[in-house]
Amino acid sequence: MTLAALQHHMPLLVVLMPLLGGLLVAIVRHPAASWPIAIASTAASLAGALALSREVAANGVISYALGGFPPELGIEYRVDAVNVLILVVVTFMALATLVFARLSVASEIDEGRQPWFYTMMLIATAGLLGMAVTGDAFNAFVFLEISSLATYTLIALGRDRRALVAAYQYLIVGTIGATFYVIGVGLLYLATGTLNLELIAERLPEVTSPRALLAAEAFILVGIALKLALFPLHAWLPNAYTYAPSAATVLLASTATKVAVYLLARYIFGIFGLHREFGEISGASILILLSLAAMFLASAAAIFQNDVKRLLAFSSVGQIGYITLGIAIANSDALTGAFLHIANHAVMKGAAFMAIGAILYRCGSERLDDLAGIGRAMPVTGAVLTIAGLGLIGVPGTSGFVSKWYLVAGAFEDGKGWLGLMIVASSFLAVLYVGRIMEIVWFRQPGRVALAAAEAPGALLVPMVTLATLTVLLGIAASWPAEMAHSAATALLGARP
Amino acid sequence: MTALFSDASLLVLALAIPAAVALLVALAGRCPNLREAVSLAGALLLAAVVFLLLARVLGGARPSLHLATIAPGLDLALALEPLGMLFACVAATLWIANTVYSIGYMRGNDEPRQTPFYAAFAVAIFSTMGVALSGNLITLFLFYELLSLSTFPLVTHKQSPEAMRAGRIYLLTLIGASMILLLPAIVWTAVATGTTNFTPGGIVAGHVNPLGMAVLFGMFVFGAAKAAVMPLHRWLPAAMVAPTPVSALLHAVAVVKAGVFTILKVSVYVFGLDTLRETGASQWLVYVAGFTIIAASFVALSADDLKRRLAYSTIGQLSYIVMAAAIATPAAAIGAALHIAAHAVSKITLFFAAGSVYTAEHVTKVSRMNGIGRRMPWTMAAFAIGTLSMIGLPPTAGFLGKWFMLGAAGSASDWFAVGVIVVSTVLNGAYFLPILTAAFLKPAGGPVGEAPVAIVVALTATAAGTVLLFLFPDVPLRLASAMVAP
Repeated sequence: MTLAALQHHMPLLVVLMPLLGGLLVAIVRHPAASWPIAIASTAASLAGALALSREVAANGVISYALGGFPPELGIEYRVDAVNVLILVVVTFMALATLVFARLSVASEIDEGRQPWFYTMMLIATAGLLGMAVTGDAFNAFVFLEISSLATYTLIALGRDRRALVAAYQYLIVGTIGATFYVIGVGLLYLATGTLNLELIAERLPEVTSPRALLAAEAFILVGIALKLALFPLHAWLPNAYTYAPSAATVLLASTATKVAVYLLARYIFGIFGLHREFGEISGASILILLSLAAMFLASAAAIFQNDVKRLLAFSSVGQIGYITLGIAIANSDALTGAFLHIANHAVMKGAAFMAIGAILYRCGSERLDDLAGIGRAMPVTGAVLTIAGLGLIGVPGTSGFVSKWYLVAGAFEDGKGWLGLMIVASSFLAVLYVGRIMEIVWFRQPGRVALAAAEAPGALLVPMVTLATLTVLLGIAASWPAEMAHSAATALLGARP
Repeated sequence: MTALFSDASLLVLALAIPAAVALLVALAGRCPNLREAVSLAGALLLAAVVFLLLARVLGGARPSLHLATIAPGLDLALALEPLGMLFACVAATLWIANTVYSIGYMRGNDEPRQTPFYAAFAVAIFSTMGVALSGNLITLFLFYELLSLSTFPLVTHKQSPEAMRAGRIYLLTLIGASMILLLPAIVWTAVATGTTNFTPGGIVAGHVNPLGMAVLFGMFVFGAAKAAVMPLHRWLPAAMVAPTPVSALLHAVAVVKAGVFTILKVSVYVFGLDTLRETGASQWLVYVAGFTIIAASFVALSADDLKRRLAYSTIGQLSYIVMAAAIATPAAAIGAALHIAAHAVSKITLFFAAGSVYTAEHVTKVSRMNGIGRRMPWTMAAFAIGTLSMIGLPPTAGFLGKWFMLGAAGSASDWFAVGVIVVSTVLNGAYFLPILTAAFLKPAGGPVGEAPVAIVVALTATAAGTVLLFLFPDVPLRLASAMVAP
């Protein structure tokens, strides 16, 4: 295959590489071989995503017809400024997670099950990438199910027996979400006669039955909202994050919800629009309301958690609220902020969960009280957790500040200064829950657990220090991601409705 | 010698030196003498750099430097103008005195965790320099927040439950206010005007309507809670649980000064004094600040704890500066700028003296200071000079700023402000002079015994500075005048 041909098939290869890597791991099923295969296939996928981002920046939208069938008949993979950002974030975070996973998985999962774990990680990644890259509504459902099924398995591999309950809970909710989504897609197909998202949007104005469309919209958006844990459909998330193995939590927190957010934005801006009235209230107002509820209620719930992973999980629900708020405000700056926050939050939450994973690796506990004084025993890990925490607050000098700046600026530009005030006011809740962790980690007398602990091994430190560095770097020199996010915002706003 | 350094490299050095000190202090933790030598050498070097910059700013130069572009429209930049220069001079000079004092105090009291103390102190100075040198609101905000974070370990130095509680109040008030009010104010300014650069004459005129301007101004004033305008003042008395050198840092060198500096800087370079006056956007603040001055004086009057009395004195004195900024005439702004310097050097003297008394005799209550002036003559002589300056009597620095502010209030026909200044002067006398009479006129009741020599040297120097600033106000006056010059 020549280089040009390779490049031509890149949209497919990005998805295929982790998928085939997953299969290979399952076939070889040797603990020592699993990790290198996983790393290699994910790294290749990241390289592909970066190549795609260069090509999209240079030549605009890439349309790839799967199997050579035209979009009317076959499946179209469509890479533009919006999803290329998602591809880069997902592949990068998957690679970082896998680097972290080697020691973490070795200590948390039985040797016999380790290959399965890597297989599921790779298949989940492939599913997420597929959801992002495809331009076909039904194909997105297939990938959604692929990633979800792999995720249920990943969660169930957690050490705690409660992991099974968490996985089961997520399985039920996730299946309902997927079913809703596919019902909605079916209705759209009935109304328009196509599954291609571009074509659906094109034919939508000719649709004569508004009720079918309304139903399709409701089913699809609620289905996706379940997957992205939009408040109040977030109940599955805290348990899933808490009981999954550390590496799985890192992957889930930094990628899974983000891809679902992308899909939400795709449907809202590409097909349905924000300003349909549901009775008295517009879609935008509903989304703003739910986002605000997430920002305040979930962040407030985070303050009172006694398990660090659960605390960070509630924080995630709150942080997703910022992203959906940006989508609801729907101007250039707010959307730039939303997409920046997709990337920034992935990096900082990844760092935070890795730090917790490292503490678990050394101390065998992730209860908040057992973290007393751990900063003195594990200073680097503590520093990573601190930087990630500052990022979650949005302290200037961290990436969280930049995304929040854009969101608040977007709110002010829209004449909704009060929404800007809501964003910063809810950040104050982050000060409280991050402050609580920091006080315990740094200022409390070391307890039994901390006295026995030592700094995490280098193999765990490298990925998390990288992510922490990136959190600072993206707070000081963020022109590259800001421009990518800005192009994504422009592309979405330029889309039809 | 001076030609060796470009303007830009001096700006970088002013930030790099305290940053390097923080790093070296952390590395030299095992060896206390080396650690303290590094701190002191860093303080002297920084002062040298700042004075080189001062010479250039007085010569009319306005050094500036672009540091980084965070994202399109979001820049980190330094730009030195007269007010920032004045603040930088105050902080850099007092850092020397504070380092000398810290060495005496921390050793004299056998304080634990001295290495983190000196390191965090250097980071706080780094942040303060950043605040002083910042060229736009975003840079200012970055260093302002860094200052809050870096002083938290200092406030909680004792790590007792009381200290942790004080630290929580401290951080939550400062970060909460800056995040909920200051940041949206900055975003609002950026969205309305398209820039955040500090510009002589201001940037918001014509972009925000008068009512919006009053709201925006309020968001800046209360967002900069370091200025301790009521009702956001509680963190300051709470933070007095910290060791005395930290109190000096909070009250004189850095923290509260960063607050009033931000308010004054925003008044002059974001709103513009003319705009504030013409729209009346800051008029309401005269009353709020006036109330803060009087109320704080009454609380100070009833406080028996010496540091608490000093803390409420600070709250009152800061609101002089805020009130002057709100009056928004050039003379008032000059008075405000001078008072930043004057209050800094006098209040640091008072805290040094309070710490000296604590180190020598473990006295913290006013009621137990009878005859202490006879036992600790140097300390209490310095204390006396500090109190005169707080009251605003010549021959001390406090007279200068007050004189300008009183004149400005009078010529603006703001009789409320005039009344506040007069009444508060009486109240200042009422809560400071009894300490002096008790200290010097009551019998000694014990042998003469001063605090360690490093402490006495430091407080004598700052007391001398309080008088010298009155006798030779030329440099601060020129800077302050250049700030309001068209």
